[in-house]
Amino acid sequence: MNAHLGYLGDQHAQRLVPAETIVRLEKASKTFPGRDGQPVTALQDIDLTVPQGSILGVIGRSGAGKSTLIRLVNGLEKPSSGKVIVDGADIAALPEGALRHARRSIGMIFQHFNLLSSRTAAQYIALPLEVAGYDKAEIRTRVEELLALVGLTDKRNRYPSELSGGQKQRVGIARALATKPKVLLSDEATSALDPETTRSILDLLARINDELGLTILLITHEMAVIRNIAREVAVIEGGRIVEQGDVFEVFTRPHHEVTRSFLADESGRALPPYVQNRLTPEATPGSQAVIRIGFRGPHATDPVLSRLARDLNIETNILSGSVDEIAGRPFGTLVVGVPEQSLAVTLDFLNQHGLDTEVLGHVA
Amino acid sequence: MSPEMINLIANSTGETLYMVAVAALIATAFGLPLGVFLATSGKGELFAAPWVNRVMGVIVNATRSTPFIILVVAIIPFTRLIAGTSIGTNAAIVPLTIAATPFIARLIEGAIREVDQGLIEAARAFGATPIQIVRKVLIPEALPGIVLGLTLAVVSLLGFSAMVGAVGGGGLGDLGIRYGYQRFMPEMMLAVVVVLIVLVQAVQSIGDRLARHLNKRIRHA
Repeated sequence: MNAHLGYLGDQHAQRLVPAETIVRLEKASKTFPGRDGQPVTALQDIDLTVPQGSILGVIGRSGAGKSTLIRLVNGLEKPSSGKVIVDGADIAALPEGALRHARRSIGMIFQHFNLLSSRTAAQYIALPLEVAGYDKAEIRTRVEELLALVGLTDKRNRYPSELSGGQKQRVGIARALATKPKVLLSDEATSALDPETTRSILDLLARINDELGLTILLITHEMAVIRNIAREVAVIEGGRIVEQGDVFEVFTRPHHEVTRSFLADESGRALPPYVQNRLTPEATPGSQAVIRIGFRGPHATDPVLSRLARDLNIETNILSGSVDEIAGRPFGTLVVGVPEQSLAVTLDFLNQHGLDTEVLGHVA
Repeated sequence: MSPEMINLIANSTGETLYMVAVAALIATAFGLPLGVFLATSGKGELFAAPWVNRVMGVIVNATRSTPFIILVVAIIPFTRLIAGTSIGTNAAIVPLTIAATPFIARLIEGAIREVDQGLIEAARAFGATPIQIVRKVLIPEALPGIVLGLTLAVVSLLGFSAMVGAVGGGGLGDLGIRYGYQRFMPEMMLAVVVVLIVLVQAVQSIGDRLARHLNKRIRHA
């Protein structure tokens, strides 16, 4: 029995014990001196907790403050007020020496990789270890482990100019993991990569999270990144977090306009232009009501429209739709037109079946 | 050309190379840290000391804007203090070094400022100290540019070294003035110019080749 507990303790500790917080921002604000003397607020009253072992994505448009936010976590920026706690230490209050030491347990990867042109992949991965004072033999073994982890053993002696974008980011990831950090910060790590390479880098990050139990805090402006690997999401706009929570919950029932706008970029959510252009807020004689139906989880593949036609004899007109996956769970969206006189009945019927509905407007 | 003349040219070439090499070495020893400091001590930078930076900048500019021939004369007391004399090859090294140091510092500053800020940020993010960032990131990354800058400095020093000939510094310039001009031996003047051209070409192509070898940004086939 004890042996079993020991086994469970090792392998599944994170799942059995309520997740501990590894990064916590408390009312963190950051203002920069502006050009005309007026201070510019980059972040305001940010409260954010990142549970140990999770993948939390912060999504926002450029200029929303996400870059500043992630730099607060490793002390590259200091908050103007509020606290930044990482692994129990208040990063903002640490003196330089202690901060440098703390940074060894906070890895960071970058949009433009930031590899040294003068170092080969292996030499670059060794750099944080040299800086931390590891001896040569230790460095050699650790670098080989890391090259194997990111699948670049055969590229160890290549310079960045001889590597593709995806390979460069793999080197960046290996370098970030060299000192065995507890948190990995990802600053738009896939934004300079094509969709296929993005996918492979995200897979690698997910695998690292899973195998090493490494907590990942990432910032991005790409919905696909959040959808593919994040478990929790915070939506940031104008220096404030406007919505946060479980990725599936947030994106299937978005409350804030910005969250909706990220979803609108996704295929299937956006209205086709020929509908969008004719949409009016009020019903007109002979018009149809346009409703968006959200199918979440188990309902995502229900044949609800055929039932609507069969049971209530209401014909719907499909305008756009998709079935997708968010955080590994199916999520469908349908935009349909229904006769105005059947609108109330249709909405009742759909809500009874546990579907989310939203009346978008009317088309003649 | 007589064997005496060839001998004179060889000796003078040796003197020039000696002056330039020693001056370049000492000037680099001072210019490198000065250049690194200039490149990293601005507001918000690694060794932020904006005031010291500004003062150093003014001193560097002042030295660089003084015409070399005036500098040579102006610092004669200092030269005598350091070299024990104000004429001859060893004495010439003093003004050459003083003129080359701020020049080299500016070239190195420029090369270091070319290094992508993202690399400094990455190094800070993994816990490197400012000194480690200079040694392991800035200098290695800027090395091709630094080598090209030093090449330029050595070429300039060859020109300056010919000028110290005018004030009894020895070397090819001295030879050209005394034999080529004052004794009116055009063949000697020509020989001096040819040797200088060959030296400049040699220095430049060695520097270019070394910089290209060090530059890993370009794929080598």
